Amino acid sequence: MTVSATKKDFMIVNMGPHHPSMHGVLRLIVTLDGEDVIDCEPILGYLHRGMEKIAENRTIIQYLPYVTRWDYLATMFTEAITVNAPEQLENVQVPKRASYIRVIMLELSRIASHLLWLGPFMADIGAQTPFFYILRERELIYDLFEAATGMRMMHNYFRIGGVAADLPYGWIDKCLDFCDYFLAGIAEYQKLITRNPIFLERVEGVGIIGGEEAINWGLSGPMLRASGIQWDLRQIDNYECYNEFDWEVQWQKEGDSLARYLVRIGEMRESIKIIQQALEGIPGGPYENLEVRRFDRAKNSEWNAFEYKFISKKPSPNFELSKQELYVRVEAPKGELGIFLIGDNSVFPWRWKIRPPGFINLQILPQLVKRMKLADIMTILGSIDIIMGEVDR
Amino acid sequence: MIIDTTEVQTINSFPTSESLKEVYGLIWIFVPILTLIIGITIGVLVIVWLEREISAAIQQRIGPEYAGPFGILQALADGTKLLFKEDLLPSRGDARLFSIGPSIVVISILLSYLVIPFGYRLVLADLSIGVSLWIAISSIAPIGLLMSGYGSNNKYSFSGGLRAVAQSISYEIPLTLCVLSISLLSNSSSTVDIVEAQSKYGFLGWNLWRQPIGFIVFIVSSLAECERLPFDLPEAEEELVAGYQTEYSGIRFGLFYLASYLNLLVSSLFVTVLYLGGWNFSIPYISVPELFGIKKIAGVFGMTIGIFITLAKAYLFLFISITTRWTLPRMRMDQLLNLGWKFLLPISLGNLLLTTSSQLVSL
Repeated sequence: MTVSATKKDFMIVNMGPHHPSMHGVLRLIVTLDGEDVIDCEPILGYLHRGMEKIAENRTIIQYLPYVTRWDYLATMFTEAITVNAPEQLENVQVPKRASYIRVIMLELSRIASHLLWLGPFMADIGAQTPFFYILRERELIYDLFEAATGMRMMHNYFRIGGVAADLPYGWIDKCLDFCDYFLAGIAEYQKLITRNPIFLERVEGVGIIGGEEAINWGLSGPMLRASGIQWDLRQIDNYECYNEFDWEVQWQKEGDSLARYLVRIGEMRESIKIIQQALEGIPGGPYENLEVRRFDRAKNSEWNAFEYKFISKKPSPNFELSKQELYVRVEAPKGELGIFLIGDNSVFPWRWKIRPPGFINLQILPQLVKRMKLADIMTILGSIDIIMGEVDR
Repeated sequence: MIIDTTEVQTINSFPTSESLKEVYGLIWIFVPILTLIIGITIGVLVIVWLEREISAAIQQRIGPEYAGPFGILQALADGTKLLFKEDLLPSRGDARLFSIGPSIVVISILLSYLVIPFGYRLVLADLSIGVSLWIAISSIAPIGLLMSGYGSNNKYSFSGGLRAVAQSISYEIPLTLCVLSISLLSNSSSTVDIVEAQSKYGFLGWNLWRQPIGFIVFIVSSLAECERLPFDLPEAEEELVAGYQTEYSGIRFGLFYLASYLNLLVSSLFVTVLYLGGWNFSIPYISVPELFGIKKIAGVFGMTIGIFITLAKAYLFLFISITTRWTLPRMRMDQLLNLGWKFLLPISLGNLLLTTSSQLVSL
């Protein structure tokens, strides 16, 4: 009858879909014992929009505006994979210039995504100021995107066989200026954050994932590389023209949140290197030079060759997908983004399965937060780098 | 401000009847208190404005600019808005605890202003226990936080309240030990005496140079007592929504907001009094009235200068604490408690030991 006065009940706290920190609509039901976390159950689906079902009733060109809404911070990657799938299915060749433009856009998008990961990560840890600094840099990237594609975030830029339009005049110079400015910006972040003892105490040794464990859970991207496994799809798959640039895979050994932070900061630096090399080596150079060279229409100018175009033959609106199945993947900033496409001899795909990196990476969260303090949940969740748009689709 | 009893008697030569004299005496108690309260309120408004402008500058944006010139009336506008908001009571919370909680916090902090000197005679209560009064009374504030957290009937608030109490009591001991070292140096706990003991060599006579370790421990502990970043886990937005303040709205929330800044102001003033020399001019060997050749109204002029100097030093420390808030990340609860008990407590004990031995040796 009498309940012992010292019997402890676990407290169940709901960190609900509405959250002051910018993690999208993720609901966590956390079981607490005082300050320690016993268990954590994520509940998804608050942003489910039926993207895969919608794809079964749209042609590729009709579907492109939808895909940027998966991962709305790294939009070029979603577009890249959406056009890569039919290209590889139907063996469409992509001109070299278009490939270089794609690489530049992808790496800029990677930087933008990592920047907007860094802001909320630091805000979760308590430093609210870096949030404003990253937005300042992201605005510059937005300006570049707007000049080239017409939209700041939801560009509808990639097409089957290339990109929608060539780069505007002076874009390459502006992009080179941005690269120089951003290298100084990264140095600033290093000075402010990486050696801050409070930050290191919050982040070091928190949420450790071993190498074997990471492979077993199916993690990808910076989470995998921070656990000691040097797996970068840009090197393994050699898609676009990444093998023509001189860059290194960023990886760390420890597997804690600090390692993931360092991997992402390193990746930003490598992206700038890639962008600079691509800008200098793009076939045909800046568009204004290419256009001038093409004016000499009398001779069958070499500047009209396939390699200098920004798109191969413009695809017809009735681009048919043959009855085959194929899995393509890219190294998105959050991990491995993949599409499993089953064509159906019609303009609509039969099955468009999206493999979102955030969804797969989120599976490990309940295991990581056991035996951690309540404040560590936010650190670990931040270091996994999820975005609910692609987790829920 | 309190005036010497002899002066009061000479001024009191006017009223002849006894009752008038009593009324006069009564008024003379309330006028200084009211002046101080108005002064503190204006001080808090200035701090709020400063915080928003400084944080805006750090974050590369502009702070408030529409409410009054340069946005100085923004804090008043916020307070007025809070007055007009609906006053909520959680339906199953403890209504009495919920209502009294914020008031206890504010009252205990306001009482600490009794012992802060702005000049040689400009102190509301020149008690011989001086600084110990501050420490004792400000320890009542965590009770108010616990009452608010419990009475909100909300798991987040309860957690926040518990954390706030744990944090407050952890950092009181290093605070007290630092203050104790200062009292040793100045042979008294009275705030006026402590400032007087620093008045001899300008800024070279500050306690800052005689107690450098104590200064740092005091700053860290007082930031933790005020629950400012890097120690603001009780109100961490990301984890606990707003901690013990979650269920509060309207003027009760305004009271918490006010209490936070009042606490900050009183801590800054105490840093000035204990370590930075209080109202002394601090440029050695220059005496202000002689500098300006004004001997006759040296009294009032000196007092005004004293007030200004105290405020200037306090606001210098405030600038540092505001910049710290917007630069550093937050510490986790167990790391915070570790810092208080395992790091600051032994250091402040060691500081006390050093001070004691140096006093013995010098005697």
